[in-house]
Amino acid sequence: MGQQLTAPITVTPPEQLREVRFDDVMETSINEILVRYPTAQAALLPLLWLCQEKWGWISPGVTAAVAERLGLSPAFVEGVTSFYTMFLRRPPGRYVLQVCTTLSCQLCGAGGLVDHLKAKLGIEFGETSADGRFTLIDVQCLGACGEAPILQINNDYYTDLDVERLDELLDGLK
Amino acid sequence: MEPILLRARGTPNSRSIVTYHEAGGYESLRKVLGLQAETVIEEVKKSGLRGRGGAGFPTGVKWGFVPRDLPKPKYLICNADESEPGTFKDREIIRVDPHMLLEGIIISSYAIGAHVAYIYIRGEFYSEAVILETAIAEAREHGYLDPNVLNSGFAMDIHIHRGAGAYICGEETALIESIEGKRGQPRLKPPFPAVVGVFGCPTVVNNVETLASVPHIIERGGEWYASIGTERSTGPKLFSVSGHVKKPGVYEVPLGTTFREIIYEICGGIRGDKQLKAFIPGGSSCPILPADKVDIGSDFESVAEAGSMLGSGGLIVMDETVDMVWALENLLAFYAHESCGQCTPCREGADWALDVVRRIRRGYGRPEDVDTLLRIARFASQGMTICPLGDAFCEPIRSFLAQFRHEFEAAIESARPLPPKKQPVLPVRPGHGDFGL
Repeated sequence: MGQQLTAPITVTPPEQLREVRFDDVMETSINEILVRYPTAQAALLPLLWLCQEKWGWISPGVTAAVAERLGLSPAFVEGVTSFYTMFLRRPPGRYVLQVCTTLSCQLCGAGGLVDHLKAKLGIEFGETSADGRFTLIDVQCLGACGEAPILQINNDYYTDLDVERLDELLDGLK
Repeated sequence: MEPILLRARGTPNSRSIVTYHEAGGYESLRKVLGLQAETVIEEVKKSGLRGRGGAGFPTGVKWGFVPRDLPKPKYLICNADESEPGTFKDREIIRVDPHMLLEGIIISSYAIGAHVAYIYIRGEFYSEAVILETAIAEAREHGYLDPNVLNSGFAMDIHIHRGAGAYICGEETALIESIEGKRGQPRLKPPFPAVVGVFGCPTVVNNVETLASVPHIIERGGEWYASIGTERSTGPKLFSVSGHVKKPGVYEVPLGTTFREIIYEICGGIRGDKQLKAFIPGGSSCPILPADKVDIGSDFESVAEAGSMLGSGGLIVMDETVDMVWALENLLAFYAHESCGQCTPCREGADWALDVVRRIRRGYGRPEDVDTLLRIARFASQGMTICPLGDAFCEPIRSFLAQFRHEFEAAIESARPLPPKKQPVLPVRPGHGDFGL
């Protein structure tokens, strides 16, 4: 398919995310987000995305900083963060593998991919490999069923997969 | 039929504004800026365009609900959440022709008097969000998104709002909550979003395909559009075909084309030349239809008459090898996971139904299980929940049992006695662990 290989996530370790401050670059981005909406609260999802892109995940420290910046309570922000499955509340591996297990993908052999991934990486869904490379998550329909089965790695879709292509792909991700 | 929504598919650089201009792009917008908003709404009403997101509500009528004299800002939201299993047409539109969508959004905003529109795109569609960002930047450069669009005095801007992994945010009021920075839990209606929507203001939520149809209606007229399809289901429609067909993908056909033609001619037939067993015509929440219904037309009315729904046009095809107990378990796992948890019948019902079907599939079914499933389907649907997610998992239960009850009964009859170790009562959800729900 000639697709460029996915870049790894920079995952900031928990001890560096106990207390978080937004630097000037982030403040600029936050202000750009805020002007799009009539309320500060509406900037919550975009701001959480911004944080996850920068630090790799949403720690309690990040939650507190986001809450303070938007004038919300940390409990409210935590409630929103935990509602959406794409916000990671634990440090993930450098590559988050999200394999679609919904009907159309399953009809096209996603089950075999799942078994292979679990055996190859030695982890179950929701776990991260010991070397910190891969986190494996099962997801519901990724909305690309015509190219099933599908694996999302970080932000990228890899489609029409079989076991051989999967092996080749994973071996290239360091 | 000549391609309309997919006319740019296969053209090199189809996403760039230059290519879009060459195909006559943004001419409809120029035309509209000289017209009264009511004239635009009338033209869309005349076209008979019905919402392509699943409900099939007439678009022009929906726009007409917006109170024009209310001294509040109005908003247009483009629903690009596309999360119904089996549906992937909006992704295709964005990847092939993002400017067609933007032009549709600007024209529609003009019609309802909105000056700001949000595109709510599901979080997984990262590269599609990037494509839209690029297209929006191009449209700003060319003055289509401007405080004074093409010197007409009309102000317009579009912002992208990324979701973060929640099926329910495709429901319009949950989507509105999500834009406001909250958990995506649907609101009670009324009030309808057309009166009290995002930020308490009048809001229209339209699907990507619906909005992308608008420039074509303006360009060639509502009557031309209404001449395609059937009398009450007008226009071309994108079908997302997945599962056991030789050539899955997104195809554009006039509404009313038979499913036989879509499956056997356009998609090349069943993979491995096996027999068709069943198909889901409109995305996973629509009732499943057996193979003998394959000759019905794909218009809203014919599909409803056959006992299902056209939904979003997510056609899932299953061949003779598919175990229907397994397939229903898969769908219920989806809905149990995606229930927002707000209403008890849906939150509990989906989990319990999954538990029952899973135990049947594993060979521990009980004689009363079919009745139990039907009882759950009764108490979690038809107005017992705030939003239609209750119906979305109850319809598959009812239709799978109506069409393939013998498979469930056979599995129950051959069931083993329960093993000495007690099975967990609630299903253990694999997967997210601490990462999410």
